[in-house]
Amino acid sequence: MPAVSKGDGMRGLAVFISDIRNKSKEAEIKRINKELANIRSKFKGDKALDGYSKKKYVCKLLFIFLLGHDIDFGHMEAVNLLSSNKYTEKQIGYLFISVLVNSNSELIRLINNAIKNDLSSRNPTFMCLALHCIANVGSREMAEAFASEIPRILVADTMDSVKQSAALCLLRLYKTSPDLVLMGEWTSRVVHLLNDQHMFQGVVTAAISLITCLSQKNPDEFKTCVSLAVSRLSRIVSSASTDLQDYTYYFVPAPWLSCKLLRLLQCYPPPEDGAVKGRLVECLETILNKAQEPPKSKKVQHSNAKNAILFEAISLIIHYDEPNLLVRACNQLGQFLQHRETNLRYLALESMCTLASSEFSHEAVKTHIETVINALKTERDVSVRQRAADLLYAMCDRSNAKQIVAEMLSYLETADYSIREEMVLKVAILAEKYAVDYSWYVDTILNLIRIAGDYVSEEVWYRVIQIVINRDDVQGYAAKTVFEALQAPACHENMVKVGGYILGEFGNLIAGDPRSPLVQFNLLHSKFHLCSVPTRALLLSAYIKFINLFPETKVTIQEVLRCDSQIRNSDVELQQRAVEYLKLSSIASTDVLATVLEEMPPFPERESSILAKLKKKKGPGAVSVTELDDSKREGGELNGGGERAADTAAMAASNASTPSPSADLLGIRSSAPMGAAPAAAGSLLVDVFSEAGPAAPAAAVNNDGFLFVCKNNGVLFENQLLQIGIKSEYRQNLRMYLFYGNKTSVQFASFSTTVSCPGELTPQLNVQSKPVEPLVEGGAQIQQVLNIECLSDFSDAPLLNIKFYGGALQNLTLKLPVTINKFFQPTEMTSQDFFQRWKQLSLLGLGSALLDNVDPNPENYVCAGVIQTKGQQVGCLLRLEPNAQAQMYRLTLRCSKESVSKRLCELLSQQF
Amino acid sequence: MRFLLLFSRQGKLRLQKWYTPLTEREKKKIIRDMTTMVLARQPRSCNFLHWKDLKIIYKRYASLYFCLGVESQENELLALEVIHRYVELLDKYFGNVCELDIIFNFEKAYFILDEFLMGGEVQETSKQTINRCIENSDMLQETMEEYMSKPAF
Repeated sequence: MPAVSKGDGMRGLAVFISDIRNKSKEAEIKRINKELANIRSKFKGDKALDGYSKKKYVCKLLFIFLLGHDIDFGHMEAVNLLSSNKYTEKQIGYLFISVLVNSNSELIRLINNAIKNDLSSRNPTFMCLALHCIANVGSREMAEAFASEIPRILVADTMDSVKQSAALCLLRLYKTSPDLVLMGEWTSRVVHLLNDQHMFQGVVTAAISLITCLSQKNPDEFKTCVSLAVSRLSRIVSSASTDLQDYTYYFVPAPWLSCKLLRLLQCYPPPEDGAVKGRLVECLETILNKAQEPPKSKKVQHSNAKNAILFEAISLIIHYDEPNLLVRACNQLGQFLQHRETNLRYLALESMCTLASSEFSHEAVKTHIETVINALKTERDVSVRQRAADLLYAMCDRSNAKQIVAEMLSYLETADYSIREEMVLKVAILAEKYAVDYSWYVDTILNLIRIAGDYVSEEVWYRVIQIVINRDDVQGYAAKTVFEALQAPACHENMVKVGGYILGEFGNLIAGDPRSPLVQFNLLHSKFHLCSVPTRALLLSAYIKFINLFPETKVTIQEVLRCDSQIRNSDVELQQRAVEYLKLSSIASTDVLATVLEEMPPFPERESSILAKLKKKKGPGAVSVTELDDSKREGGELNGGGERAADTAAMAASNASTPSPSADLLGIRSSAPMGAAPAAAGSLLVDVFSEAGPAAPAAAVNNDGFLFVCKNNGVLFENQLLQIGIKSEYRQNLRMYLFYGNKTSVQFASFSTTVSCPGELTPQLNVQSKPVEPLVEGGAQIQQVLNIECLSDFSDAPLLNIKFYGGALQNLTLKLPVTINKFFQPTEMTSQDFFQRWKQLSLLGLGSALLDNVDPNPENYVCAGVIQTKGQQVGCLLRLEPNAQAQMYRLTLRCSKESVSKRLCELLSQQF
Repeated sequence: MRFLLLFSRQGKLRLQKWYTPLTEREKKKIIRDMTTMVLARQPRSCNFLHWKDLKIIYKRYASLYFCLGVESQENELLALEVIHRYVELLDKYFGNVCELDIIFNFEKAYFILDEFLMGGEVQETSKQTINRCIENSDMLQETMEEYMSKPAF
């Protein structure tokens, strides 16, 4: 039996619910199925159900649905309840509709009808039910039906409760279908709801949500609300705690209304009118002062309500960016940082993050650094620690970077796994942004790899290498440090990558006694077998660089390259590197070697990809604009000035022997790193690797297409990157096969092709094609089929546009060899027929089937064919009369359409 | 406000209210995420969480968790008091409300909520006004005797 049942309880429902409670899942399902069968039979039965039963069954269905079971009937009965005169039945009907909205259009019409009746009933309770239903469903259909009606109800002389519902209902419709809610005379009347001195607070509370939302989109239309809101707020703030009677919540006057007013003001700049501004500042100061007063109640509700207003006021202060108030706000938040309420500590950390980005409060926020660090170390709740880490990141600048980075690093050792990657990115960004001393930067990143190697993304280690390459004052230090780091018996693979790269470039700078070339090499090679293929490839490149740096290591390294596990490695990339490097080291003179394996030139200055990654991770808005500007400015310094930005293309070409790491560092991740084929691939590398390199070749390669008039297969286009083969055949329509071959070993991304029929061609040809796969692996070929239908005769050729990303964006436009003669259907005919038709066709002619024994002169060639277009068939006859002595031909064409013979003549004359 | 969920310590959903249109699938996903996330929280942790682009505000009353999902610009503390005010309204109506009241009178729990919130916004904050509304609608209903005379199936 039910524990409690009040008001209009439904006994049968209560019994059903208690039946189900505490049952096993199977028993529950069994009981529910039984009940569903029962309800179905009641609904289908001959006997008309009374209102109460209908209500009870609809309510049972609702209960079953809310338990998580599907309901596929009963909607109609619920809709019937809407038109009941009994309040409780109507109410259940509306509840069912709100919870189980069905987009069934027929029902929506019925529901809208019922709502319309209730809205015009003048019975406030019914009107409220209807408005609630509209707000709950909030669909486009509902907006279409009622968006114009509701503003009228809102400003009409109705009961307050109806006004409240109408305001929020309209807000809901505006959010889903702003285009349907038209501004008008009612808007000014809504704004003036704020004005009325004696207005029931509840109406204002509801209306202000609507006004806030509308004024975000139409600020000018609602401008007058600012002064009204200020005076309303001022009245509340200065009222005694009991003045507002029931709108006082735990001794706090109207907290909801206050917060909504403060939120509304955040839609506008500070008021221009001095008096209004003065009054508002006074309000904000009062709110800040009240925070210092002793609480009027020990209940948490009191402090929550009071502080809710305070935090909202601080948001407004941040919005106005007013120095005095900002500093006061910051001090207030500083107190909260040590509050015993976890919620307040959390919110204070969060709010301070925003304060840290204002120039007026940045310094004030910084004074709390010790407290925040302490929070990071001691807070029990991970979400609070996370906020502390965010705040440290936000308050970091040159003056405290070392301390903050050190604290974040030590926190990383125990940080929750869920936030490690983000922490790593933040540390890497701060270290780079505020590095004055690059040895500190290198230490930090290496520590990062040591502590949280698994969470160090590629962007982070690419970046440290870019910076070391670009700054010669840190290269020796970096080499020494990685050498030491690699001494650890177990070090992270990312460390091996950085170590391999840096020693390969700068090992010579530290090749003193304990770090002799061979020791360096052996150290690197001791990690080799533990590493993945890409790292091994990188190490092989480091080895060949060693041969150049230290000729004395040549024999040892050649031995390593020569052993089966390298030169016969099953991985093609490794094998190729081993073979080529071995060959290079044995045939090239020292001079050649030195040129090919020269030290990497500086990387061009570019925005840190780490920052981009963090932004992506946190979503838009997580990294404030000021931060970005900042990092750009400081990033420039770090890269050693933009002047040195070497031409990427030149670099890629001169360093062809270590292309893979350089390619990686440029941020173009190629799945199969380019094999080293230094000389031959030189020019190709420029195209593939340089983002800033020369413009992509051949924006409009023009081939006039005469080549394919009499040929169906062949190579349409070829450059260093791409080859396009073509094959066509005619079967009612022209079917053309295009073969796109990737000539490089690098994947082409975003590969796409479009065929267009420019100008007059559009109504003449119909080209259908299927999209191609967007990725073309290195060395692979993909195929595309075009189906071309000739609608009427034509002379232009369709264009094929190809775009893809292979190092740089490539954009090609080619003419497709689609000519009118491709649509020939050969025709057999006798001599008599031929000459009969020849005479009929007074103009030129061309035939496609070569006919023997037609022309009396056996030297002559004659052809006949029909060009099949959708619109008409064009018959063509051709006569070719060679004159061997004069070495000339006479070509005569006769067609049933003049334009066709003209075009055919052009096409064919090019062939001789 | 995007949604309000009430669930028990065992993760049983007792009430769900959605203020933006979602498919049943999306709703189920949110319910699952919320129950696992909130139930896993240590006692005396803070009442706020970040989830996707939303703020989650939750509070436990006896065996029931109240969980609100709000947009990121909303005021967390005020959202906590929205929950509290709703609990007060339930309490006032049922008299020492407990989980069973909400199970057996789920429709009333919805009606009370609708008087307080609409379309995800606070409609009326006065306890007196809301209670008056609810009592008025109960006046349109019947007595206990009438109730007991009804069929029990």
